[in-house]
Amino acid sequence: MKLPDFRYACPASLDEALQLLGDAGGSAKPLAGGQSLLPTLAFRLAAPGLLVDLRKIPGLDRIVVAKNGVQVGASVRWCEIERHEGLRTGHPLLHAAIRHVAHYQIRNRGTVGGSLAHADPAAELPGIAVTCEAQIELASPHGRRSVPAEKFFTGALSTLLNHDELIVAVRFPPWPALRRWGFEELSRRRGDFAIAGVAVFFDLDAAGRAANTHVGVIGAADRPFRLRAAEAQIDGTSVDAASIARAAAAAMDALDPQSDLHASGAYRRALVGTLLERTLAGALAGKGA
Amino acid sequence: MSNSKRIRFTLNGRSEETEVQVRTTLADCLRHDLKKTGTHLGCEHGVCGACTVIVDGAAVRSCLLLAVQAEGANITTVEGLALSDEAMSPLQASFRKHHALQCGFCTPGMLTTAHALLSDEPDADRDRIREVISGNLCRCTGYVSIVEAIYDARHAYKRKDVA
Repeated sequence: MKLPDFRYACPASLDEALQLLGDAGGSAKPLAGGQSLLPTLAFRLAAPGLLVDLRKIPGLDRIVVAKNGVQVGASVRWCEIERHEGLRTGHPLLHAAIRHVAHYQIRNRGTVGGSLAHADPAAELPGIAVTCEAQIELASPHGRRSVPAEKFFTGALSTLLNHDELIVAVRFPPWPALRRWGFEELSRRRGDFAIAGVAVFFDLDAAGRAANTHVGVIGAADRPFRLRAAEAQIDGTSVDAASIARAAAAAMDALDPQSDLHASGAYRRALVGTLLERTLAGALAGKGA
Repeated sequence: MSNSKRIRFTLNGRSEETEVQVRTTLADCLRHDLKKTGTHLGCEHGVCGACTVIVDGAAVRSCLLLAVQAEGANITTVEGLALSDEAMSPLQASFRKHHALQCGFCTPGMLTTAHALLSDEPDADRDRIREVISGNLCRCTGYVSIVEAIYDARHAYKRKDVA
């Protein structure tokens, strides 16, 4: 299989890369780990005139766990998140969800920025970013901007990224040590894209009542999204069986998932309800994922 | 910026230099330009794992890497695993002992993946081995023997300085 013909540049700085992307006027594509872009080229679903390889750009490969939140650089690879001890406690939901991304070999190459830019509706990182109200940090020749994840994803494989913009990092709000959380997804084989997945977290007050409940879903629409109707059923409750059942019912009411060869829409809707029940009950029990 | 580029990398301990079209995958560069046909190409879009090679210590799919991205890297293919032309590595010997190959098409990817895994994690248990080779398809479906062969080769990767 031959990839379509293209030119190739490997700039040594972010400014140089942004310049190349800007000059190409939309005919260039950034290349990070290449784990989504190369299959796209192999199938000739894209034919960029220029690939701008980001591997020599310094400073995008850092994971910072600090009091004001967790910042993960765009060129950080899945295997680095997996091995990062600070993230296990600094952002356990992110750490647990990333363990579901693809296979060993792909986790050695695939990057945070690549996944966010590719915006697969079933991908884990975009889902966690939306669930946690992360900010996506972008750079262009005109300066920097920060976009909330919920606004960044605009549809299947579609984002707010301009052709001359690069993702430099994703920034998560601080994670309280006692926060309850859960993540579950279902795929037919280990490492496959999820048929659907659910991420949840909430904080418990002194009386054992939930606050700040967040529920995010992947694989059940054209982009990851929060289920606010389900969140509302949990906030202020003790996350007992009755409120979990009400949250699952609210989730299923709010969903109208697509059918494809992997699962029907009705199956996906029921699956999200089941995964939500499991993650909420697991989170309350302090199990995580 | 041009459509072809001269690249250099280390392949199985030897320095290699070649001129490639920039659209050439590392897999095609290894097979076509450097005649190292031990690396097999199954799906050519990152699903089957047959083309796995080790780049700077990490198992990666060589069909999902441009040859130009491997500039300066240290690459090990299945040809680089044997101790000599006559002597198989302990991992390869374990594959033979456990009948862990039938048609042999997936074997180069299984061997390189398992070699990278055990080099990093010599204590990997069977579940970890299964998780790691879940990205390698064996259409003869001989997974049980493959898992056993990898598991049984672990002793060769344990640190020798630990009594």
